[in-house]
Amino acid sequence: MIRVELPAHLRILARVAGEVQLEVEGQATLRSVLDALEARYPMLRGTLRDHVTEQRRPFVRFFANAEDLSHESPDAPLPEAVASGAEPLLIIGAIAGG
Amino acid sequence: MSKARVLVGTRKGAFVLTSDGKREKWDVSGPHFGGWEIYHVKGSPVNPDRLYASQSTGWYGQLIQRSNDGGKTWEPVGNKFVYDGVPGTHQWYDGTAHPWEFKRVWHLEPSLTDADTVYAGVEDAALFRSTDAGQTWQELAGLRGHGSGPRWQPGAGGMCLHTILQDPSDPARIFIAISAAGAFRSEDGGLTWKPINRGLRSQYIPDPTAEVGHCVHRIAMHRSRPNVLFMQKHWDVMRSDDGGDSWNEVSGNLPTDFGFVIDVHAHEPETIFVVPIKSDSEHFPPEGKLRVYRSRTGGNEWEPLTKGLPQSDCYVNVLRDAMAVDSLDQCGVYFGTTGGQVYASADAGDSWAPIVRDLPAVLSVEVQTLS
Repeated sequence: MIRVELPAHLRILARVAGEVQLEVEGQATLRSVLDALEARYPMLRGTLRDHVTEQRRPFVRFFANAEDLSHESPDAPLPEAVASGAEPLLIIGAIAGG
Repeated sequence: MSKARVLVGTRKGAFVLTSDGKREKWDVSGPHFGGWEIYHVKGSPVNPDRLYASQSTGWYGQLIQRSNDGGKTWEPVGNKFVYDGVPGTHQWYDGTAHPWEFKRVWHLEPSLTDADTVYAGVEDAALFRSTDAGQTWQELAGLRGHGSGPRWQPGAGGMCLHTILQDPSDPARIFIAISAAGAFRSEDGGLTWKPINRGLRSQYIPDPTAEVGHCVHRIAMHRSRPNVLFMQKHWDVMRSDDGGDSWNEVSGNLPTDFGFVIDVHAHEPETIFVVPIKSDSEHFPPEGKLRVYRSRTGGNEWEPLTKGLPQSDCYVNVLRDAMAVDSLDQCGVYFGTTGGQVYASADAGDSWAPIVRDLPAVLSVEVQTLS
């Protein structure tokens, strides 16, 4: 079970309160977690990564275990603490704009 | 009894303002989608409770929201806007070739005949259509691909397709406008397009009378006369009596011929409204006086409408999608400002009062006349 924390705007969009818990088949990677997230909450498609290229949107960042995973390969294994559910994957909207 | 419902898009959410036919007391609902930019909200003329809203931010991109109950509740629908084929390039500000990139939906135009069909005008400029109530979107690629696309360039606000007009007498006939490419017309439901910019003169482009490249800010039509079009161009207010084949300037005695909005009285096809704005970088009303100008002669002769509008120290702008008219017996006129005011006139512009004063900057205003 993978735990994911969404930014506030996307919690409202997905109509969830608090953290999301996902079952991910196979190895837990950013790609597999986002695939599972979008399958459960289709309204999130396009908000975190491009529909076609699957590139992360520039103002979206991924953190876990106090590490910035935003520039990791989407197919790299997530830290064990995230894969085991001990720590959540944090999806964060960059602090920018007005 | 008839009612008016005003749909307001702002920099930080959408608002729905409702009143009875007197249009004196208003209920304000919102913000819907607080914190998101709402470029446009518009209702279906076939089913007025069917609304579509364009919701976006720089963080999370583009969403489309749909309501089936007049804006009380909303559901996100399809947001996948993918250009047809290889997108190609348009001109960048410096004249170099720049790849087409989707940024946002500026304008949503529901079909006149089918509540599930809706058009979307997007940045970088292209026209999309959904025939399943917004679930999926397909580009009408004949517009971008008709040949002049590599010569289009962005205006200061981006290269946006911001106006979509449907001919009520001929469902295959559609007009659109792009900043800064110009106006285009389709006679076959959007498959093929023709630029309709003859008569426009833009001193700021290398060839002032070029086929494309004009910064058209808005075009408007009265539904009873689809061959008569009115245009607020970057500079110049223009009129066409032949469906856009040729244009003539009708700026007349306006204090400045720059502005963004233009609209037509619901019952008087020769009565039109504009809000002159000081160009080119100031973008606020001349002399700090917020004045709507009305022509009852289809242009050239204009009168300022000031009653109820601030006549000193007013430095707001009125953006291109931020004026609308209702079709109650006494035509109502509405506009929103970048200062967050939405003004309404229940007497075709003779007098004005703010419905709300302190919204976020207003991006768009539409009105529905409900029975």
